[in-house]
Formats: sequence, structure tokens, C-alpha cells
Amino acid sequence: MRDTLMVAMPKGRIYKQASQLFRDAGLPIPDDFDDSRKLIFDVPDAGMSFIMAKPVDVPTYVEYGVADIGVVGKDVLMEENKDVYELLDLGIAKCRMSVIGLPDWKPVIHPRVATKYPNVASQYFRERGQQVEVIKLNGSIELAPLVGLADRIVDMVETGATLRENGLVEMETMFDVTSRLIANRVSYRMKNEAIQALCDRLQQTLQRGARP
Amino acid sequence: MAKPRGFEKPAGVKDYLPHVVAKLRHIEQQVLECMKRWGYEQIMTPTMEYYDTVGVASATSDSKLFKLLNNRGTTLVLRSDMTAPIARVAASLLKDAPLPLRLSYHANVFRAIEEEAGREAEFFQTGVELIGDPTPEADAEVVALAIASLQAAGVSRFKIAIGHVGFLNGLLEEKLSESAEAQRELKAYLLSRDHVGYRERLRSLGLPEQAERELEDILRLRGGQETCRQAKSLSGDPAARAAIDHLCAIWDVLDAYGVTEHVLIDLTMIGDFSYYTGMTFEGYAADLGFPVVSGGRYDNLLAQFGRPSPATGFALKTTRILDLVDGGADESGRGRTLIGYDAAGRAAALAEAGRLRAEGLVAVTAQMSAEEAGALERALQAGGPILHNGAAYERFERFVGSTGKGADGGGKHA
Repeated sequence: MRDTLMVAMPKGRIYKQASQLFRDAGLPIPDDFDDSRKLIFDVPDAGMSFIMAKPVDVPTYVEYGVADIGVVGKDVLMEENKDVYELLDLGIAKCRMSVIGLPDWKPVIHPRVATKYPNVASQYFRERGQQVEVIKLNGSIELAPLVGLADRIVDMVETGATLRENGLVEMETMFDVTSRLIANRVSYRMKNEAIQALCDRLQQTLQRGARP
Repeated sequence: MAKPRGFEKPAGVKDYLPHVVAKLRHIEQQVLECMKRWGYEQIMTPTMEYYDTVGVASATSDSKLFKLLNNRGTTLVLRSDMTAPIARVAASLLKDAPLPLRLSYHANVFRAIEEEAGREAEFFQTGVELIGDPTPEADAEVVALAIASLQAAGVSRFKIAIGHVGFLNGLLEEKLSESAEAQRELKAYLLSRDHVGYRERLRSLGLPEQAERELEDILRLRGGQETCRQAKSLSGDPAARAAIDHLCAIWDVLDAYGVTEHVLIDLTMIGDFSYYTGMTFEGYAADLGFPVVSGGRYDNLLAQFGRPSPATGFALKTTRILDLVDGGADESGRGRTLIGYDAAGRAAALAEAGRLRAEGLVAVTAQMSAEEAGALERALQAGGPILHNGAAYERFERFVGSTGKGADGGGKHA
């Protein structure tokens, strides 16, 4: 069994914040990883290896145990519904999942909702007793209500700037989203000490940060 | 869906080719032999059961059961585990058999697959049920047997995590006695392994600082015997206390078995509350992302079949262990004899094959020409491998042509 801790990291926006948090917690992660195209980094000093994955795939790597732990947004966890431990709220990459539409939205007979998160959207509307047709899109979700593909969309909102530029409004906030530290079911037991130690260090760092 | 192509099979089911079957049978035999030596007798039950009996009683959720209708329109299920069928047998055919009953099984079970990774629609389980003994000794016996079974199967690095449903139930009842809803939600967060959600919900309850800290600290209640002591100081609730005392007693027995190096206590590990009634455990092997053993105490199940009785047991996920251990497959041809013959030598060849098989050796007979037999003899003399129609052999015996069995005894040398 490999004794290094394999960490699945999301490429892109969250990575910089997550790697900074790890560095703040005293882990010797060189910062030139941030812009590299390499997919696997070894950090022998920390007893860790990092794999760079597409954010939506992080829970999959962790669920199958090829990564012991991972960093991933709550939005992805909610959508993918994988069987992993959700250990810690890292408090980074803050945003929210919202229902968005045009300012003059009125209820329609056959509601259609476009989203990158079909499971999250379906469940949200079902719990509210609304039957909607969910349309899965892979990007530029804001386009859907503008061109009439859907009357509303479900998407992540960080600052709301994109919405304003396109004349859309946030109708409801569904839930807040931050990045989480997740762990594989087996690694959580087999590498209990390493994972708990990392968790404690990150938690201390977060508490320090929260007390300015 | 499009009409399946010839090679396709339904999602989640597998073919097992000879070298994998050899490995699977090897594991199965080693494990069943181990269980036999602990006094567990093997039982077989049907693949199909009634939905209203075994289907309803099983721990598998309704949506994961394979259901079918018989010709009278009664709903049947493909068994999703062996625990419920064995409970049915223990309460009916074996109702007069004295307790405790020690039963073992190796069987294929069926679950409708879903998103969850590592799930197969049909897989093998090897396990035991110990029925009629409520004591910590019985719980420790099945845990120790699970450890012995993993070792017999050839799994070297593994851990068993033990928890107890009564501890959490008792602790939450004590700290949150006025809010059943909050208790239910907190348990749901732990069941879905969402520690972040658990902490958030806990903070939103506005509990006194100490109670909040104690409830948060249970997330760290993992480790060895000291975990039991820590847990004891957390709760004065009688049910929680009884659960911890039971766990401590199990630990003491496991200590006497000399297996505690493989065991850790984890009080956040909670199985399905509607099914398990006491100790629960899971086994994890290094290098495998999914648990390989699960088990626990289910004292309410047998009552559903009319013979109320405490029971405890476990199932090994035999199919998953396949990926972990070596052995089984041997493609060198060792111990295999090829017997070549023609019409004149047929009777002698078949008699020789019979003799070898009676000795417990593998003999394959093939009709062949004198040229073919000569080529095989030359390959044997050159010390090269003997290959015939793609299969390897250690020895070759010739019953071809006027040479009969061959002047030199038929190349029986290996």
C-alpha cells in the first residue's frame, strides 16, 4: 500500500485558493505548481502527492480510492452524490447556488430550467412541489433564458456581475457553496492518523484566519 | 435502448474466466474451511424469495431489490443478501434446532445498481450468522472470525472498525431529548458521512457550550481501547453507557483472541438504524477503495419470521477480494499430461489417461498424426514447452503408430 497521501485537487479557480490554504497550514507545496501543465505532483517532504483533476471529477477519484482525500466544491458534491466523507468546510471559493431568471418572469405552463446541475435542480423543484423540465447544459447557462430555451436557470453565482451584464436577476438563493475536504471511506480508516492530522492543521489555520 | 449486440450483457454482471474462477474457488474454499473450523456449517438457500417475506425483511432498500413476478402474479425478489433467507430458515426448518446456531454460506447475491461506485448487480458473499447469543462474546467471535477469514483469503493489510448504534442513540437522546427531529437530522448527516453538515446543524441548535462541544467531539472518537474510556466520560445516558460497556467487553474478548492490532473503535460509524440493533463493523483492506467486510448485530430480524432471537454475523465481499490477492491462476501447464493417440493406440491411450486421472492428475487426450506426435516429442526432448492447440502441458505420452507407447516409455520424463 502506498504510504503517501494522495490528494485530488480541482484544476483552475479553486486550486490557487486551496493550495494557498495548504501552504498557510505549513505544507511545503511549491507555488510553481499553480501554472504547470503536469497532472501529478509529488511533495515527498509532506508525504503527499497531488493529482490535478477536473473539479467535477474529484469526488470520483476519491470514491474509487485512487485519491485518499480531495478538495471539491459543495455544488459538485450535491450534484454527484458520491459515497465519500465530507470532513471539513475549507471556506474558500465562496459562492451560492441560485435560481435565476429575467426580471419580468411570470409562471409558465410548462416550466423549463436549464442548468449544469440537473440533479440539484430536479431535487430542489421536486421538494417545492413543482414539476419542471430540467435541461442539462454544459456552459454559458445565462444564454438559455435570453434566447427562450428555458424560463429559468439554476447556476452558481459569485458576484452576480455576469447576471447583471445580461439583464438577469437572482430569484432565489438555494444554498451557499464553499469548497470541502473529502475523504475515501477506506482511506479515512486505513490512513486515519495522517488524515486527522491534516484536518486538524487545516482547521487551526481556518480558525486563525477567521479571527482577524 | 438499442438492441444489445452479441457480446453484451446487462450492466453490473460479470463473466468469470477459468483463471479467475480458479482464484475465486481458492478464496472461497480457504474461507469456508476457516469458518468450518470455527464450527459454522454451510447452508444454501434459493436464489429467489418472496418479496413479502425475505424482500421486506432484508436490509436492502426497496429500490435496490431485483423484483420479478411469478406465473400467479406474486412478486418475487432475487436475494439481496443471505442474512434474511437464513433468518427465515432458522425460524422455520430449523425452529426446533437448539440455539445458538452457527451457519456459514457462500452465495451470489443481487442488487439493482445505482450511482454508487464499486457496486455490482450480482456478486459473491461469503459469511456467517451466529443466531441465539446476545453476549459480547458472540459479537467478538464473529469479528475475530471475520479477521481469520480475511487472513485465510490471503488479505494481509486490513483494519476492522467497530461501532455501536446504541451509543449515538443514547447520547443524542440525552443531549437533545426534546427534539426528536434534530436527533434524526444529526444521525442522517453521520449516516451520509457529512461531518460538515453535522457540525453546521449542531451549531444551529443553540445548545449549551459543553453539550455542543461533546457532540462535536464524537467525530474524533476513533482509535483503540482509549476510545471506550473517552466515550464513557461523554454520556451518563443508560443506553449509551450500556452500549459502551458492551463495546468494551467485545474489546476485552478480542484482546484475548490476540487480534486487537487489526481493530479500531469508531463511534461515528453507524449502520442502517432500522436494521442493526447493536455492534456494527466494517472491514477495510489496503489498496482497495471500498469496504471488504460488513457486519453487526440484528436482534430484531428473526422476530419478523416468528422466532424472536438475537443474532450477529458478517459478510465478506468475496468478489472484491479477488482484486487483492494473488494465486489461483497457473498457466505453466504444471501437472498436466497430453496423451496423443491414433486409432491403433486409442484403447491403450484412454486406459493410461484413466490411470493418471485416478491418481488425481490432469490428462488430456488428443487424436494426432505421427508427424504431430514426433514434433511434440522433439519439443519435449529439446526441453521446450509442450504446446498443443494453445494449451501448455508438462508431459507428453505417445500412443501413435507402430511405436506404440514409445520405446523410451513415451517421453514420460518431465
